[in-house]
Amino acid sequence: MTITEDRAADAATPEIGRARTRKEDARLITGRTRWTDNIQLPGMLHLAMVRSPFAHATITAINTDEARKAPGVVGVVTGADIKDVQGAVANAWPITADQKTPDHLPVVVEHVACAGEIVAVVAARTAAEARDAAELVDVDYDELPAVLDLKEAVKDEVLAHPALGTNTSAVWTLDSAAQGSGTDVEDEIAAARSDGVVIEREFRQQRLIPAFMEPRSTVCDPTGEQMTVWTSTQVPHILRFLVAATTGIPESKVRIIAPDVGGGFGGKLQTTPEEFATIAVARRLGKPCKYTETRSESLLSGHHGRDQWQKLTLSARKDGTVTGLKVELLADLGAYIGVVGGGVPVLGAWMFNSIYKFAAYHFTVRTMLTNKTWVDAYRGAGRPEATFAIERMMDELAAELGRDPLEVREQNWITHDEFPFTSVAGMTYDTGNYEAATAKAKALFGYDELRAEQRRRRESKDPVQLGIGISTFTEMCGLAPSRILGTLNYGAGGWESASIRMLATGKVEVLTGVSPHGQGHETAWSQIVADRLGVPFEDVEVLHGDTQISSKGMDTYGSRSLVVGAEAVVRAADKVIDKAKVVAAHLLEASVDDIEFTAGKFGVKGTDKGVTMPEVALATWTGHNLPDGVEPSLDADATFDPENFSFPHGTHLCAMEVDTETGATSMRKYVCVDDIGTIINPLIVEGQVHGGLVQGIAQALWEGAEYDDQGTLVTGSFVDYTLPTSADTISFVTDHTTSPSTYTALGTKGVGEAGAIASTPAVVNAIVDAVRPLGVDDVVMPCTPERVWKAIQAGRAVSTEGDRDAQPHFDEGAPNQDPGAASPESTSDGSQS
Amino acid sequence: MIPAQFDYLAPTSVADAVAALAEHGDEAKVLAGGQSLLPILRMRLNAPGVVIDLGRIPELQGVSEDGDHLVIGAMTTYAAVLASEAVTTHAALLSKAIATVADPQIRHRGTVGGALVHADPAGDVGAPALALGAELVIAGADGSTRTVAAEDFFEDLFATAVGEGELLTQIRIPKHTGWGAHYEKFVRVSHQWSIVGVAATVRSEGGSIAEARVGLTNMGSTPLRARSVEEALVGQPATDEAVRAAVASVNDGTNPPSDLNGDADYRKHLATVLTRRAVLAAAGA
Ligand SMILES: Cc1cc2nc3c(=O)[nH]c(=O)nc-3n(C[C@H](O)[C@H](O)[C@H](O)COP(=O)(O)OP(=O)(O)OC[C@H]3O[C@@H](n4cnc5c(N)ncnc54)[C@H](O)[C@@H]3O)c2cc1C
Repeated sequence: MTITEDRAADAATPEIGRARTRKEDARLITGRTRWTDNIQLPGMLHLAMVRSPFAHATITAINTDEARKAPGVVGVVTGADIKDVQGAVANAWPITADQKTPDHLPVVVEHVACAGEIVAVVAARTAAEARDAAELVDVDYDELPAVLDLKEAVKDEVLAHPALGTNTSAVWTLDSAAQGSGTDVEDEIAAARSDGVVIEREFRQQRLIPAFMEPRSTVCDPTGEQMTVWTSTQVPHILRFLVAATTGIPESKVRIIAPDVGGGFGGKLQTTPEEFATIAVARRLGKPCKYTETRSESLLSGHHGRDQWQKLTLSARKDGTVTGLKVELLADLGAYIGVVGGGVPVLGAWMFNSIYKFAAYHFTVRTMLTNKTWVDAYRGAGRPEATFAIERMMDELAAELGRDPLEVREQNWITHDEFPFTSVAGMTYDTGNYEAATAKAKALFGYDELRAEQRRRRESKDPVQLGIGISTFTEMCGLAPSRILGTLNYGAGGWESASIRMLATGKVEVLTGVSPHGQGHETAWSQIVADRLGVPFEDVEVLHGDTQISSKGMDTYGSRSLVVGAEAVVRAADKVIDKAKVVAAHLLEASVDDIEFTAGKFGVKGTDKGVTMPEVALATWTGHNLPDGVEPSLDADATFDPENFSFPHGTHLCAMEVDTETGATSMRKYVCVDDIGTIINPLIVEGQVHGGLVQGIAQALWEGAEYDDQGTLVTGSFVDYTLPTSADTISFVTDHTTSPSTYTALGTKGVGEAGAIASTPAVVNAIVDAVRPLGVDDVVMPCTPERVWKAIQAGRAVSTEGDRDAQPHFDEGAPNQDPGAASPESTSDGSQS
Repeated sequence: MIPAQFDYLAPTSVADAVAALAEHGDEAKVLAGGQSLLPILRMRLNAPGVVIDLGRIPELQGVSEDGDHLVIGAMTTYAAVLASEAVTTHAALLSKAIATVADPQIRHRGTVGGALVHADPAGDVGAPALALGAELVIAGADGSTRTVAAEDFFEDLFATAVGEGELLTQIRIPKHTGWGAHYEKFVRVSHQWSIVGVAATVRSEGGSIAEARVGLTNMGSTPLRARSVEEALVGQPATDEAVRAAVASVNDGTNPPSDLNGDADYRKHLATVLTRRAVLAAAGA
């Protein structure tokens, strides 16, 4: 074979669908790259934060004299010093018109509302000198009573922000009867109470910490015409807007760069006090400044995730047909309302009904302020909470009916021939095939064999019991149609932007408004553009994360990059092709209507004449021979605003072994079959699914942010915040079914959050399934061995099946209220070694 | 995570190290593998003015045999202990426990001496040292040495018989050649400290247990030895039923902590289950 033939053969293989290794990995994995903390500027100062140890306090005095005298110190800045110029940490989504939103100053001036708030900033020649001097800042606090427990907060006896007069920030409701998308939920529940089944359960979504790999870091250089800020963020464009909007610096004077960013999971979609403080201090001192947090600071002061109480009432007919679902949420926002804040539980509002055909649906969330670290988006943001609750409820319904939980799901889900389907919450799902995904998952899992083994173990009273957990999930991602965001009062649009620059040498630069932080966009976007423009993969360069280069964008979160961001890229590429066709027609002396573009070549219908994209690019660049009135440029911009969300789905099956003697659990098998539409790069998808699964499994088994009764985070390091490693996980079996989305040109659906959304209930359902015959119908997350063991003890203490069923589910001490074990709020009496 | 400033000394003999300790008094802190000390310094929970690194003192390194004793230098790393055939042969329990400590990186840095002096009740080295009847050799300021039995060594949480100005130099372990051994460590994630750990080593004779030694991790403010269990096991067959009965008294004298991983009652329950499992495994059942 000659080289030419080789190339031709290559060109015929589409890039989309190829399991390419990621082009960014060589530099990321070897660390030969630009993490923010690697950046060194001439004359740069280093910052250290003085943080409040108290959860709730008034600052009465700050003495900075000793710190100012310490070696290397250039300045010590308090909140009062920068009161008028430091800007504010904003909430972009007030969920109701009357939402109570406390002011959130980057460096507090008087009122501390959670431990870890910044009270003063020390700038010094070295990071060590800054840290040493920070110890010398003397702050006097008047401690105030702190409200830490979510249910206590509702009583308004202790206020997180006394000035607001209440801890309730907002109450937001979605009612299918009121909006005309379903019947009245109270009617359905009443009917089921007299002649059907009603399941009532309360679940705890514990507080989690995003725990991204790269701690946050910011460098601000205030010395140029434009102030330049490098920061470890998911949202450079949003940060630019909010810096301008809250500090008064003109937007045109602000350049934000997100260099390589080591993970975020939502934890870096915030505009942070640390960023604003670094900017304010750099401007005040007129020198470049860098702040890099420690891991302990990251766990304490980066926003947290989840943290809800979820009360659910599900009604069904005796034959198992679900009729109504009522959801009452209590959501902890912590001390402040982050950029999305109260919107996170609202994002779950459309997803509790999931894939099931409820007639009636009612959702309410009450968002609460407490004196804990603020809570915002964490991988899945609202949808994992919803998926957990409904998938737990479907298992409880099946148990109540004495039927196989997969069968009960199938009875109630939307069948493949019913798409597009408008749900009881009012969302229109475009495509899906729950039957196909489930059939494939069951086969890969060996569902029937595992059920048989489970029966054998039950009969032989094996001390190690086996449970099977199911999660047939869907989610909504691809945030988001701007018009819908408008109706929800969100402060921005949900569109995405892209530009394509055709270089003279035939190479291509793609500018994208999304801001990758580990996902592999550079590889995937190159594959998409290579196919679209018919150029080699290697010839495509993807540029991002710098507001001076990719000037417009809404950044990366909510599984939006591919389904929104890449759609803009596709549209920009199509504009390039349209422009190039005109030039090609001119060069080929043909009519534009006769030009066909395939595999990188413009040909004339019915002839073998043609020119390649690089040839057209070069001809355009020279401008020597262009048609009249045609500008010498093939470059094109596009902005894409999605018409709907994206609705990936899948069936996840998990087998857990439970050691009934100790409560220890171990994963035996995990199979997931996800339908994420068209797959651009299977390798990247597998990585996203694996990582997501582990994060979801970690919520079920290991992670939980715990505070003591003083409001101190006791899981303040990785000794106590038990993040799993690869040594704690098994090999997952992942596969796919494909129903391309009809809302995107590429047919893709988002995959960034799917694993984390789906896996948590699969694991908990499996644990409960293993020990249900012992009288257990719930285990509070994380399902520690202690909790599992205590649930078994409590279950055994209740003598008969009948007694168990008669327990009122919403009462204190009921089986689903963490039997035996203390509640998460009160277990924090001891710290660990 | 930047520690406060300190001066750094690296003596090359025990005598020099002890002299340096005497000179700097309570300003000084000894550095072994640094796997406990460095996090403490970096979190600024302690800020010594002088750090004395024992890493350059050859006499504190390595495993040797001295008649019916094994002698382990205080600065011998976990990894070196694991690689030592002498330890596997004569003190299998120590190898088995050390194999569960943290991860390979930490096992290549952390030392047996550092772990014993650090005396974290959740650490995995104390219980096997107790169970094996180890003796700890301590060098004093005046050049003298004294030997302390493991049972007298651990005084309280993070407190041992090593006094100010003193160094732990050697761990002497009576050989337990031919004894079966097992360390049962209970954790939630793999890199965690023991929630409860049980170290058991057993000499079997004609199908039953002739002698047994049992140490408990994290069941009190120091590692504990379960003497009543050891006595009850003597002469018992290595069956589930017999061992179950013999370990029933394991919680005599325990006073476990309550924390996020489990309350005291749960730990006591675990101790009974894990002790049975450890003894049965040590007896090869
Ligand atoms: C992530 C992580 C996980 C861990 N997991 C475990 C685990 O699962 N199980 C476990 O048992 N341990 C665990 N450890 C602790 C580890 O075993 C430490 O190595 C050990 O506790 C201390 O040994 P070192 O040699 O590092 O001592 P260092 O940290 O250097 O010193 C510890 C203390 O002992 C003093 N000291 C050291 N040597 C002497 C001496 N010869 N004479 C007098 N004083 C001395 C020091 O001054 C210091 O106070 C873990 C550590 C980390 C960082």
